Amino acid sequence: MSILDFLVPASEACLRSGPHDKIVLSSRVRLARNLRTVPFPSHSKKAERIKAFETLMPAVQSLSQLGDETFSESMDKLPALDKQVLVERHLISREHAAKNAGSGIVLNRQENVCVMVNEEDHLRMQALRPGLQLRQAWMAIDAVDTALQEKVEFAFTERYGFLTACPTNLGTGIRVSAMLHLPGLVLAEQINQIIQAVNKLGLAVRGLYGEGTEALGNVFQVSNQMTLGEPENDIVERINKVLLQIIEHEENARLSQMEKKPAVLLNHIGRAYGVLGNSWSISSKEAMNLISFLRLGVDLGVFGKTPKSLTDELFLRSQPAHLQLAHPLREKLGSDERDLFRAQMLRERTALIPKPDPQVLLGGRRDEGTPE
Amino acid sequence: MVCQFCKLKEATVHVTEIADNKVKKVDACAACAKEKNYNDPAAFAIADHLLGLGAAQKMEEASEAVGALSCDQCGYTQADFKKSGRLGCAHCYDIFSEGLDSVLKTMHKDIRHRGKVPAAMQKAVASGQRLQRLNQDLQVAIAQEDFESAARLRDEIKAFKASE
Repeated sequence: MSILDFLVPASEACLRSGPHDKIVLSSRVRLARNLRTVPFPSHSKKAERIKAFETLMPAVQSLSQLGDETFSESMDKLPALDKQVLVERHLISREHAAKNAGSGIVLNRQENVCVMVNEEDHLRMQALRPGLQLRQAWMAIDAVDTALQEKVEFAFTERYGFLTACPTNLGTGIRVSAMLHLPGLVLAEQINQIIQAVNKLGLAVRGLYGEGTEALGNVFQVSNQMTLGEPENDIVERINKVLLQIIEHEENARLSQMEKKPAVLLNHIGRAYGVLGNSWSISSKEAMNLISFLRLGVDLGVFGKTPKSLTDELFLRSQPAHLQLAHPLREKLGSDERDLFRAQMLRERTALIPKPDPQVLLGGRRDEGTPE
Repeated sequence: MVCQFCKLKEATVHVTEIADNKVKKVDACAACAKEKNYNDPAAFAIADHLLGLGAAQKMEEASEAVGALSCDQCGYTQADFKKSGRLGCAHCYDIFSEGLDSVLKTMHKDIRHRGKVPAAMQKAVASGQRLQRLNQDLQVAIAQEDFESAARLRDEIKAFKASE
């Protein structure tokens, strides 16, 4: 079975919902582990990498925590398009997509536990959940890790904890992260302050696809940087607390924009609706920034009963590999053709959304001005 | 331009650093640059990029502290570590541990693991920690010339070791 048949369609994937999902798109907890007796993947010879692969793939596949039905494949057997789709779904890293023989992936049916074999470490295992569910994600991946420890021996010392290729992941090997949609803070020009404050707490703020990527569509990723010297639970709870605060700031920023500058908000949302519904060629960067305002409009109730899953679907389907997948010929599209096809898809979908209703934002204000 | 450190030789190394929003310029001759650790801007940049500002210098110090070590199991060398900021295998952590701690201090909350312990290791880790604590208490007791406590702790350690 191909991974493209295994994954649920984009429309279905975007139906997943969780607590605070107006602002928190998803939660993720990743653990890095290595075998005790084999050198780390970046420094190992091909034979050693294959040995690690052959030890780990069956061990991971046999875990009851992953359920009966899993998808597992060696990275050299996956076509480039399939790998890119996995990256766009945030199931594997961009680094892992570049791997070939000796590296692999195991994914469960619910698409919420994904294990990368021979990425930078022998194992990068992650649990994903929609909305703000860091504790649930941690418990899920903790259970996978515990079960796996009965089958293989990990590199661990009392002093340094779990040993990793890069000392930045040493100890717990944990990376706790959440993807946040923060258009309110961006519009209110408070985002840089928030990023600086979050950085001071030892947390990193990054773009859509993690390390070294741009914050497109007002989407930011917050994650821990320190992994050694603190128990996993403390790290999870600390980030959880920070995220709840960011959520509050974003909500306040939205409210104050609605109160003080409803016309500015409506202008952004209305223009986004207009361009997405009428463009004939659009880059992914421009599309994502506009879809962000569409989603904000949905959150604020400007688009009637339009579900946020529709805007999330537009976001996902605007990505290059998802576009190519939807193309009738499934041919590799050039970037110009992609911009044309993206605009077509967005026009068709935006047509399903009713025109923005300004009364939702202006209603309260007009009442104030009306004489009794 | 003359070297700002020795003020004798021609400055051939020019480094611009931005820290705390302040720009700091360094113009040095090759010898002084080496002495002040400004000799390898590339390694500098990579380490800072990977490990956060300030890490490069720590790493430089770390590499000097352990000299030209290499791992007897995977062949990883000090130079490899300096270049990539990564280690080669589990055993490298034993080999390079001396210089590593100062690097770890710059990037983590502490340099000792306090998280999850594999089930198979739990007993060993717990008893190791207990023994370590008893030994620390013993040192304190001796330092304070509290010989009554010291004798008790000595017996406790003896009994604990025998029971293992």
